[in-house]
Amino acid sequence: MTDAPAIRVTGLTKRFGDRTVVDNFDMEVPKGAIYGFLGPNGSGKTTTIRMMCGLLTPDDGTGSCLGYDIRSESAAIKANVGYMTQKFSLYEDLTIRENLDFMARMYGLKNRKAVVTDTLTELGLLDRATQLAGTLSGGWKQRLALAACLQHDPRLLLLDEPTAGVDPKARRDFWDEIRRLSRKGVTVLVSTHYMDEAIQCDHIAYIAYGKKLISARAQDIPAQIGLTTWRVDGPDLTPLEDELLALPGVEQVARFGAALHVSGTDKAALDKVVAAQKARKTHSWQEKPAELEEAFIYLMATAVDNFAGSTA
Amino acid sequence: MSLFSVARFAAVLVKEFIQMKRDRVTFGMMIGIPIMQLVLFGFAINNDPHDLPTMIEMNDASPTARAVLAGMEVSEYFQFVGVVTGQEDGDRALRDGRANFVVVIPPGFERDIIRGLAPQVLIAADASDPTAVSSAVGALQGILDVAVKQSLTGPLQAVAGSPAPFSVVVHKQFNPEGETATNIVPGLLAIILSMTMVMITAVAIVRESERGTMETLIATPVRPLEVMLGKILPYVFVGYVQTIVFLIAAQVLFAVPFTGSRLAFFVGFNLYIVVNLALGFLISTVARTQMQAMQISFFTLLPTILLSGFMFPFAGMPGWAQTIGSAIPATHFLRLVRKVMLKSADMADISGDMAAIAIILAVITTVSLLRYRQTLD
Ligand SMILES: Nc1ncnc2c1ncn2[C@@H]1O[C@H](COP(=O)(O)OP(=O)(O)OP(=O)(O)O)[C@@H](O)[C@H]1O
Ligand SMILES: [Mg+2]
Repeated sequence: MTDAPAIRVTGLTKRFGDRTVVDNFDMEVPKGAIYGFLGPNGSGKTTTIRMMCGLLTPDDGTGSCLGYDIRSESAAIKANVGYMTQKFSLYEDLTIRENLDFMARMYGLKNRKAVVTDTLTELGLLDRATQLAGTLSGGWKQRLALAACLQHDPRLLLLDEPTAGVDPKARRDFWDEIRRLSRKGVTVLVSTHYMDEAIQCDHIAYIAYGKKLISARAQDIPAQIGLTTWRVDGPDLTPLEDELLALPGVEQVARFGAALHVSGTDKAALDKVVAAQKARKTHSWQEKPAELEEAFIYLMATAVDNFAGSTA
Repeated sequence: MSLFSVARFAAVLVKEFIQMKRDRVTFGMMIGIPIMQLVLFGFAINNDPHDLPTMIEMNDASPTARAVLAGMEVSEYFQFVGVVTGQEDGDRALRDGRANFVVVIPPGFERDIIRGLAPQVLIAADASDPTAVSSAVGALQGILDVAVKQSLTGPLQAVAGSPAPFSVVVHKQFNPEGETATNIVPGLLAIILSMTMVMITAVAIVRESERGTMETLIATPVRPLEVMLGKILPYVFVGYVQTIVFLIAAQVLFAVPFTGSRLAFFVGFNLYIVVNLALGFLISTVARTQMQAMQISFFTLLPTILLSGFMFPFAGMPGWAQTIGSAIPATHFLRLVRKVMLKSADMADISGDMAAIAIILAVITTVSLLRYRQTLD
């Protein structure tokens, strides 16, 4: 059982009315992995996560979470999963301590008082324990929500954009914590829009219009996308950037420090552009292996907001 | 996985109490509404009206006739504001509201009493506002008996002893059936409980999904029954508080008697509270926002007030209205409370009303459990 994946879903489908929001979605999350879940707004990330922990019933497909069936054993899943919702969904009219206490009771924790006090101490909120949760700042709400879903030592964490609105220092702490949990064997599925967070994941799945486009180990992603990248150094990069973007074969121009990374999936077309540019001798051109950064920028740039509802 | 966990139930319960305590406005309303309603309805309707404008058609100038009028005026119910000169004049006075009553003393009133002919004093009453006139009418016979007996002295005393030396004919116009005022206050309990219990429960449950906290709640291992009981029980408590406040106020402010079995009342009102909470729960499965929950609750309140027999006598309603009325819990509780408080009823007397409420409860509970979703779909 130790090698069984923490999450395995196949053919997961969810429709709202006549719109298919998640379409034939497959995913396998290995035990202990940090699994990044990426995709533009409205692509179906939250809906997928909700189906995994039994909050939504899939219209089609099967799956298991921690070995329990997502359709018939959601009670067992809920007891072992920590789910952090995208929108703050603790009680704003309860104090910080009361919220933590409520969650501790819900999971039937022993030594409830001590657990709650420990959580408060770790959060650094012990002296503000009687403050109403609704009066916390956005970032602090996120931290409280994470702490609340960690109290019962879940074996699987489902985190839906946990760091939205959190300052950089807190985000770093957040990810230190996630890595620490992962080392302890906790599996983490985390959705995010931040590239610097995606890079920290072992595995990535990318979803658009409810369909999974890519899922792979992080280091295999650039090869899967098949990007060719050139590094450009030299003066006056900004006008060059505009010029390059208009050329066929150039799909992405990104600034990295004092250099431009020019990428495209059509190697032949890009090579032609590069040959012409090199001939002008104004800038130095060097081919480089595509890295995760370019791959993610490519993924995120090609995706449009999926809310409009047209199909990809 | 236990099917019912006391710890989780307690968690919901405690949370609900804290939220209730923190929502000062709603909490104040729950205590304030019974008192306010009781005072408004009670004083406006239950208090015997005074100095109702009355006109006379005087066709006999005898001392006895004058004693009748004096007796009426002394009673404080009536205030003589003028004279009418015949039936047409009297009808007009009633219709345009110059008078609530027209008293007609027949010609030869005293003479007929002495002859033992039992003459009729005709009192035409504007009963379109039944509560305004009913207590005055109720008191009338007694007032007149006393007045006449006192005036019949000396040789006439023999007549005074005989039964009914004259009769009073009350002619209620515009609305043949009037409610007696004592009925209003017990009936009000049915309305107040229905009004607050249904709305507060529905809103409290919908609040959870409107604020998004439902997502965290049902992502925990909590069971539907634990949520339902944990959320409903605090409001049972509120119902108790309201009823206690109500009973005390009814006693202190209006001296409404409580003649029946306390046990019957207790059992009946618990059942009624539960049926209202269940209705609130049902509404919460339909409404998406707190506003909608409030509106739907309000919508159910109208038939409760209008068709339950609170506002209009049930027997006087057309058949279709009675059919609808019978499906309303308040209709049965209203009868139950009136029986228990005013007519010394015990358990056996109210079993029919209890059965009716129980059936309604069974239907509502079934429908709401069928509708309740443990998911976000
Ligand atoms: N309860 C619902 N009823 C109808 N449509 C819904 C419902 N929930 C989600 N949707 C639709 O499903 C689509 C996917 O939504 P979802 O919240 O899963 O996207 P997401 O990937 O989490 O987006 P974001 O990055 O903005 O959080 C959206 O178009 C949304 O409008
Ligand atoms: Mg989302």
